[in-house]
Amino acid sequence: MTAYVLVGARLADGTATDLLLDGGVIAEVGSGLSRAGATRIDADGLLALPGLVDLHTHLRQPGGEGAETVLSGTRAAAAGGYTAVSAMANTDPVADTASVVEQVQALGEAAGYATVRPIGAVTRGLAGESLADIGSMARSRARVRMFSDDGVCVADPLIMRRALEYIRGFGGVLAQHAQEPRLTIGAQLNEGPTSAELGLAGWPAVAEEAIIARDVLLAQHTGARLHVCHLSTAGSVELIRWAKGRGIAVTAEVTPHHLLLTDRLAQGYDARFKVNPPLRADEDVAAVRAGLADGTIDAVATDHAPHPDDSKTCEWGAAANGMVGLESALSVVHQAMVETGLLDWAGVERVMSRAPARIGDIRGHGEPIGVGAAPELVLYDPSAREDFGLGRLAGASRNSPYLGRSLPGRVVATFHRGAPTVLAGAVLDADEVASRA
Amino acid sequence: MKHLLSTRDLDRATALQILDVAEDMAATQQREVKKLPTLRGKTVVNLFFEDSTRTRISFEAAAKRLSADVINFAAKGSSVSKGESLQDTAQTLEAIGADGIVLRHPASGAPAVLAGSGWIAASVVNAGDGTHEHPTQALLDTFTLRRRIHGDGSRGRDLDGVRVLIVGDILHSRVARSNVWLLSTLGAQVSLVGPPTLVPFGIGDWPVTVGHDLDAALADTAFDAVMMLRVQTERMADAFFPSSREYSSNWGLTAARFMVLPEHAVVMHPGPMNRGFEIASGAADSPRSTVREQVANGVATRMAALYLTLTGGAQ
Repeated sequence: MTAYVLVGARLADGTATDLLLDGGVIAEVGSGLSRAGATRIDADGLLALPGLVDLHTHLRQPGGEGAETVLSGTRAAAAGGYTAVSAMANTDPVADTASVVEQVQALGEAAGYATVRPIGAVTRGLAGESLADIGSMARSRARVRMFSDDGVCVADPLIMRRALEYIRGFGGVLAQHAQEPRLTIGAQLNEGPTSAELGLAGWPAVAEEAIIARDVLLAQHTGARLHVCHLSTAGSVELIRWAKGRGIAVTAEVTPHHLLLTDRLAQGYDARFKVNPPLRADEDVAAVRAGLADGTIDAVATDHAPHPDDSKTCEWGAAANGMVGLESALSVVHQAMVETGLLDWAGVERVMSRAPARIGDIRGHGEPIGVGAAPELVLYDPSAREDFGLGRLAGASRNSPYLGRSLPGRVVATFHRGAPTVLAGAVLDADEVASRA
Repeated sequence: MKHLLSTRDLDRATALQILDVAEDMAATQQREVKKLPTLRGKTVVNLFFEDSTRTRISFEAAAKRLSADVINFAAKGSSVSKGESLQDTAQTLEAIGADGIVLRHPASGAPAVLAGSGWIAASVVNAGDGTHEHPTQALLDTFTLRRRIHGDGSRGRDLDGVRVLIVGDILHSRVARSNVWLLSTLGAQVSLVGPPTLVPFGIGDWPVTVGHDLDAALADTAFDAVMMLRVQTERMADAFFPSSREYSSNWGLTAARFMVLPEHAVVMHPGPMNRGFEIASGAADSPRSTVREQVANGVATRMAALYLTLTGGAQ
């Protein structure tokens, strides 16, 4: 296996160093590194971070291959600097049995672009009525540790309680899509001035907050671990802050789009901005940024949700929810959190790599860069700025809300298991990456 | 004016231009021969994804009086999965050679999506989209009100200081939204009254006063016009209000409330009316009711809208 020397990279703490990747680890850290036969990569001026880890990725396979596959989705991940992704369970068939999660994990291994950690469904068929094969998935080769019905909420309080208790027995975590279904019938957009003017049925903040409030109390009662997916409102941040203050085992994620975009973007009914939970108001954006900065929110997760063009180029009500996010996430966090002074790069490393790896129990990822650490890395040029274009998208779908928007930074290289998946800003050829998988 | 999508984006000058052209069109409708050659050779498609015979025949009459060829297209379904997509349907009409598309659609924003899509070169006139807007209804309401107030001297006049009360299901009403914006742009003072469940969340910035007590509103203000909205009785099933009787007694324009109105006040309703529910027959059939005028003025107003969007007002 080829060794790599990354020359002159800057770590999150600001120190400049060379990094030698060899033998399946970061073998040496220091200046003036060299090794016979090693490929030298000029990293001068580039930021080196541990490979990014996503807790919330829709890879769509099996069943939704028209929008994304494990291969195309992990190419998108690599393009965005990710070395591990968590594949959501809302596929067709649903990932509610050991065979589906093992298949998804195997597809990830075969593609070789990133570690794919399948998320198992909480309830059979995501129907919210009976538990999925949680134990079988946990003990399968896929070793599932995170369970979620994402896309729909585990709304029944008794099923939620049982699921929290049962998953606790396997050392897992339940990732909840917090959406009170009765309060969001037909909901299309954040309930507020924009939904009122546009005549789109409102998705009120309270529908998210009511579920989070209930769930943190259930987590307290059962002693189970709860993870809150794509938290989006100011009130939700307050609830998580309160729960953590009480010592409840809860973690939370926020998406890049909820850190940057607001519901006003729906003004032209451009369905690229249709997402669930919906884009919120300015005060919500400020609150989730503050919550991420102070650690109330643990992680950034993309909720990468690919859709074919015809699911988005239609009237708002008929359009699918979701946006692709893997390729743009680091640039969006850069703009929303770093340029605003709310996080430094060590903070970005925490919320985009270390914390998600810990929450998802994704081993071999999210380790601080140092001798002996896993050779999972991203090299990022923070000085770049450009209009985000189609050329930045590497997955199978194009439903990015950032197309045409100026964003800072650019991923220059990604290393997964000690070998590049992206070099000079270009995703490497699938055959080449697969051949070493 | 290439498209007519909403009243929210109409400025005062453009709104007055449409109303004044509608006056011209209305004048031609008094002649023995009502037909004008203005849109000869143009094709107007009434593309209705939602049934509305009234609105469709009003647009059809308007287009025919301007000598346009009219195609009525009743499309089914509103999404890719449930039938024809908006894109496929629109591109079919484009291929047929439509110059104007009058679109009625159950999804808010569908006309804006169609106009901005690049799928078609035709003009788009919004004939009601979901719970968003119904701009020609507001234009014909305003036209009717302006005539009642200013009579033959209506041309060029706005509604400065005119007090209008809109009553009923504001939440689901595209008519209410379009009227709020247009009436405000023309200087009217707009009040909204309805059950708290049927007033949208987040309208604090709208240029209106909002209340829930109809009797208090009528006692407070000498309104020049009261516009009653159609209320779907099915809303009861969704717990927006408890019963039709309770709705009617609190928010209906009953005979007693009609008596309280100032002498000069007019009663408006976009139709079709639920008599005895949101409006008493005595009010609906009184000389102060504009319901039938609204229908007649609808043709003239839609003639103006089609003329201005299809020709840009150049001919």
